[in-house]
Amino acid sequence: MIKLIPRVENSKAMILLSPLLALTLTALSALIIFIFILDDIKVSSVFFTLFVLPLTDSYLFPELLVKAAPLMIIGLGLSIGFRAGIWNIGAEGQYVIGGIAGGAVGLYFYNVEGFWLLPLMALAAIIGGMLYASIAAFLKIRYQVNEILVTLMLTYVAVLFLSAMLQGPLRNPAGFNFPESRIFHDSAMLPIIWGGTRLHVGFIIAIIISFVAWFGIKKHMFGMQIKISGSAPRAAKFAGFNDNKTVLYSLLISGGLAGLAGFFEASGPAGQLTPGLPQFYGFTAIIVAFLARLHPIGILFSSLLIALSYVGGEEVQIEYNLPSSITQIFQGMLLFYFLACDILIKYKVVLNKTKN
Amino acid sequence: MNYQLEVSSITKSYGDLKANDNVSLKIKDSSIHALLGENGAGKSTLVKIIYGSLMPDSGEMKWGGNSYSPKNPFEARENGIAMVFQHFSLFESLTVEENIILGLDGVGLKQNFTDEILKYSKQYGLDVNPQQVVGDLSVGARQRVEIIRCLLQNPKLLIMDEPTSVLTPQEVSDLFVTLKKLADDGCSILYISHKLEEVREICSEATILRGGQLVQSCVPQEHSQKELAEMMIGKKLTELARSKIDIGSEIFSINNLIQESDDLYGVDLESINLTIRQGSIVGIAGVAGNGQDELMELLIGEKSSADGVLKFNEQDVGSLGSHERRQLSMFFIPEERLGHGAVPDMTLDENMLLSRPDSSGMTKSEVIDWSSVASFSKKVIDDFNVQTPSSKMLAKSLSGGNLQKFMVGRELIRNPELLIVSQPTWGVDAGSANNIHQSLISLADNGSAILIISQDLDEILSLCEQIHVLSEGKLSEAVDMKNNGLEKISQLMVGGES
Repeated sequence: MIKLIPRVENSKAMILLSPLLALTLTALSALIIFIFILDDIKVSSVFFTLFVLPLTDSYLFPELLVKAAPLMIIGLGLSIGFRAGIWNIGAEGQYVIGGIAGGAVGLYFYNVEGFWLLPLMALAAIIGGMLYASIAAFLKIRYQVNEILVTLMLTYVAVLFLSAMLQGPLRNPAGFNFPESRIFHDSAMLPIIWGGTRLHVGFIIAIIISFVAWFGIKKHMFGMQIKISGSAPRAAKFAGFNDNKTVLYSLLISGGLAGLAGFFEASGPAGQLTPGLPQFYGFTAIIVAFLARLHPIGILFSSLLIALSYVGGEEVQIEYNLPSSITQIFQGMLLFYFLACDILIKYKVVLNKTKN
Repeated sequence: MNYQLEVSSITKSYGDLKANDNVSLKIKDSSIHALLGENGAGKSTLVKIIYGSLMPDSGEMKWGGNSYSPKNPFEARENGIAMVFQHFSLFESLTVEENIILGLDGVGLKQNFTDEILKYSKQYGLDVNPQQVVGDLSVGARQRVEIIRCLLQNPKLLIMDEPTSVLTPQEVSDLFVTLKKLADDGCSILYISHKLEEVREICSEATILRGGQLVQSCVPQEHSQKELAEMMIGKKLTELARSKIDIGSEIFSINNLIQESDDLYGVDLESINLTIRQGSIVGIAGVAGNGQDELMELLIGEKSSADGVLKFNEQDVGSLGSHERRQLSMFFIPEERLGHGAVPDMTLDENMLLSRPDSSGMTKSEVIDWSSVASFSKKVIDDFNVQTPSSKMLAKSLSGGNLQKFMVGRELIRNPELLIVSQPTWGVDAGSANNIHQSLISLADNGSAILIISQDLDEILSLCEQIHVLSEGKLSEAVDMKNNGLEKISQLMVGGES
């Protein structure tokens, strides 16, 4: 019989090994699924396309980084709230509002050149995301309304609001009534950092934010505050932290960062506002945050991993005509195995022979 | 002499930890037998094995001379072993009778037990009304309900786990009368406690455990309280005494504090007045649930109070949060360790930061200086003899006594002008309790003021010069200890006038 016995101390080795084990198990499970569903295609070549090609191909690799950037930024913001036990599930909505706010500023100054335009758009996007998230913060602080429901429902409102904007004020006047904005002019587009690809400056900013977040969590009292509030609310009161501020700041930070990511998407790969702006990054970032155990530097890696699953998944769709749900199956298994393997950090597995 | 229960060489391990290591115990017929030991000594494990909720790894038991190895508590009860747990298992919304019936094996709710309950109630002086709702009963009455429930099973052995920890002195002496009568009528009692005075009063034999091992079985009356305590902790105890009592000027006062509780089952505080002077140790006695938690919340500053109610060094502090109060040199140690005074899943270093006056230098404009934090936690660990491999251990991995020493040390290294502490030695082993009392005394000797809120009357009596009693949200005047002080305290604890 297999028994789980609590460890006296968390296993340091397992903290590092369990993600690798989870990855291995995911790959093995994927292999089994492929063996069942693939008839005449070689399993090994599908595997190669899914896991290796995105890292080696000169077109796919920058695409992977393009996808990782918003996941990283949103994941970082969410991880801060999650540490405090504030469950912002609606980053997708804040991302959309950020995209609209940033995009609207860019369109307002259409064809106006200036280095100040991008920072202004970014600022508008951050404020937009913050304001949108602050609705949930206000309702939670004032009326104890559950933030999970509010943020989630406001996501649908945001998507509909985008659609209303694109059919109204932000529609391209010369766009044959398609619900799309004008294509942003050069000053409103993010600089490309890798010539010939879509990789933009947002990726660098995402990495900078990771390190800022790491500093905040490790070295600043605010990091302690959210950690204590999430882990022991009464101890947070004892320490003299104001729990309303914890709620407000967590939601503002996650909302602001989600807004920024929305702007990066609009002014980066998309280059305009379209109904296709929401890409589920806001939801996928929840997985990103938990895969990293809410650790900022971990999020840097987990966002790359999830981006790999996107890019690899798309590539096998195109190459081998496999269903698009491959990506989701892969992400689901990954999270499942990560959470399952985490138990090895706190418990050790013992095989004991049955007595008599 | 016949033995009702013989336990021989019981061993039980959890992983690498031996909770019981070759423990033996013999309980005579019709005797009250004490099981003594600190927290973690293995008392609960042994009792759970006897009561069938744990299986030993090795060793054997005999019940009335026959081999006995219960697979579950049901089997233990069938054999005639009953147990009153430290935490009662009663439904507050049901009546006494309904609760008793629910606790009996193989009995339908329809049956009428009123007569039988009243019979036992009369026979053993266990005053209960079968039709009363348990939610309205005092803690002592609830315990009586638990005992009657056990008696209905005609036990040959009644196990009582820390029965007096929640009782007033009067209730304790009533309980002892009942227990003695039970023993005379042929029911042996296994009495688990760490209160040595009680053990010496009613137990004819005592088995002492330490670190999972048997220290010895002895007749408690043949040893002094101090000897028993030293057997329990395995080292010498220091005598408690103030070296100098130098009462200075007033430092803290509570002026007509009135506070309605937000909680439906909370206690409203009614016009509480208290003055504390420098160098004095003031105690608030009282049974738990009489407003201690509500009062502590206001004193720490987790909740603010009206203007002019709380004054520290002439300054109104009622609206300040706990962090601001610490800046003024007021420090606090709450009762609850895990989750209130310390965060279980954080390291000791991180837990240092719960109490961080700016003057400590642990943070500079909110940026944490981890090396300073680590040096402070090392100092606490060294100075207060906290047993832990390092300050990187999680708070929850420490034993209650060690974590309490850490929490006391964390506040004391700031050399507070006023320390407010609730239940400083609750669930703490005797050795650690002795250390903690010693450090509180030397703090006061150096001129600081201390307010102790505690249910442990012995603790209050041995430490405090000024004693008040909190009952149903009302705080008594300071009790004059010269004339029948103990009796007055006892009356005040049950809500009477002094």
